[in-house]
Amino acid sequence: MKTAAALLLAVFALTVARPASAADPALVSAALSLKAAFTEIGALVASAAGGPPAFNFGASGDLVAQIRGGAPVDVFASASPKDMDDLERSGMLRPGSRVDFAANELVLVVPAGAGGRIARLADLAAAGVARVAVGNAATVPAGRYAAEVLASAGLTAALQPKLVPAENVRQILEWVARGDVDAGMVYATDAMTRPGDVSVAATAPADSHQPIVYPVALLASAPRPDAGRAFIAAVLSPAGRAVLARHGFKPAVETR
Amino acid sequence: MLDHAALSALALSLRVAAIATALVALAGIPAGYLLGRRRFPGRELLDAAITLPLVLPPTVVGYYLILLLGRNGLLGGPLHRWTGWSVMFTWEAAVVASFVVALPFMIKTSRAAVEAVDPMFVDASRTLGHSELWTALRVTLPLARRGIAAGAILAFARAMGEFGATLMLAGNIPGRTSTMPLAIYGAVAGGEWGHAHALVALFTGISALALFGANWLVRGAA
Repeated sequence: MKTAAALLLAVFALTVARPASAADPALVSAALSLKAAFTEIGALVASAAGGPPAFNFGASGDLVAQIRGGAPVDVFASASPKDMDDLERSGMLRPGSRVDFAANELVLVVPAGAGGRIARLADLAAAGVARVAVGNAATVPAGRYAAEVLASAGLTAALQPKLVPAENVRQILEWVARGDVDAGMVYATDAMTRPGDVSVAATAPADSHQPIVYPVALLASAPRPDAGRAFIAAVLSPAGRAVLARHGFKPAVETR
Repeated sequence: MLDHAALSALALSLRVAAIATALVALAGIPAGYLLGRRRFPGRELLDAAITLPLVLPPTVVGYYLILLLGRNGLLGGPLHRWTGWSVMFTWEAAVVASFVVALPFMIKTSRAAVEAVDPMFVDASRTLGHSELWTALRVTLPLARRGIAAGAILAFARAMGEFGATLMLAGNIPGRTSTMPLAIYGAVAGGEWGHAHALVALFTGISALALFGANWLVRGAA
């Protein structure tokens, strides 16, 4: 027991830290919703440009907290402009590096095989609909967009008692797939990941919410800026755009 | 199903939990002993403070660890300036996070075990002229070993399952800092349900084996 502890301590003490060098692959912090697409795009980065980056996938808010705390991240890609705006206001982005690379739609999903009881947003107000899952508007970008959609449809007051807030989009999908809620509001790309379990009943009109765009930027404190730029270039390349399109993302209309 | 990333996550989980448990034992057994044997002002306050990581949501603990140990942190800032190294986003960060959340289990159980030792034996040893340290190592702690072992097993289990604080301080970097719980979270979040189920099955099996082995070792030693 004591020998084992001593051995483990020795292993721990011998782990020598090594500062990052320029030839290292980039570290990309990205929203969880980008996981599948970014992993594919990462494989496109040539080894001359640092090779496929390492990814840190998480909730956009957590990623911002890590970056503020000094995490050695090169590139940040978030699921909403808000988190990127936070960092930009603090001067933590490389000026001129921020770009919107993809867009998304908000859709209303119902359990697969639920029939046509819900075909429009307004149907949510019907007496037969008891629970509607949305993201928590305070913490989840999809929740903020959902709140805007309901407000523009004039449904906020009618639906307030029915809304079940979730901490992430996967929770909403799970509840809808299992029929624990009658409907939920998620991104079009999320609905695509559970084709056999949920079906899209309606798509929110584009003018009923702020544009759902995904910004990416190089961080001012990037330890490997060249490798970071190479990844951003891969995301914006025709091959990168094709990967994003295959995962259901819409092209971003450059708004900045 | 079980690719290289899954196996590296499993290996990392076992390594992190083992090292964290060793460090927890080194820090927690003496602390539990002192809390159990000595009366000093502020003892219960200290005990309550040590237990706080059990109460706080792990994500919150992780956030405060960033404030403390990040490159811009209270301790992490000076460390980074002197050595150019920061614990954030390294596998060692997973050890730190697991250590902080597992330590209360060790301290609480060893304190209770030390307090349960019959004082007659301790007094006898001291009357025979043995020092406090000798008595602790040869009488008190051996008599409390079952409780202390239970604390170590609890700490190991908690370290294996550590998620929230690790996610914040170590990040979720596949092949580098993704422990098994983080890999499972990543698979679920990426909509890879089959992969997530396979990871859960593997992790549950290995954890059950590890805990069974630990129990068997403890029974053999007791």
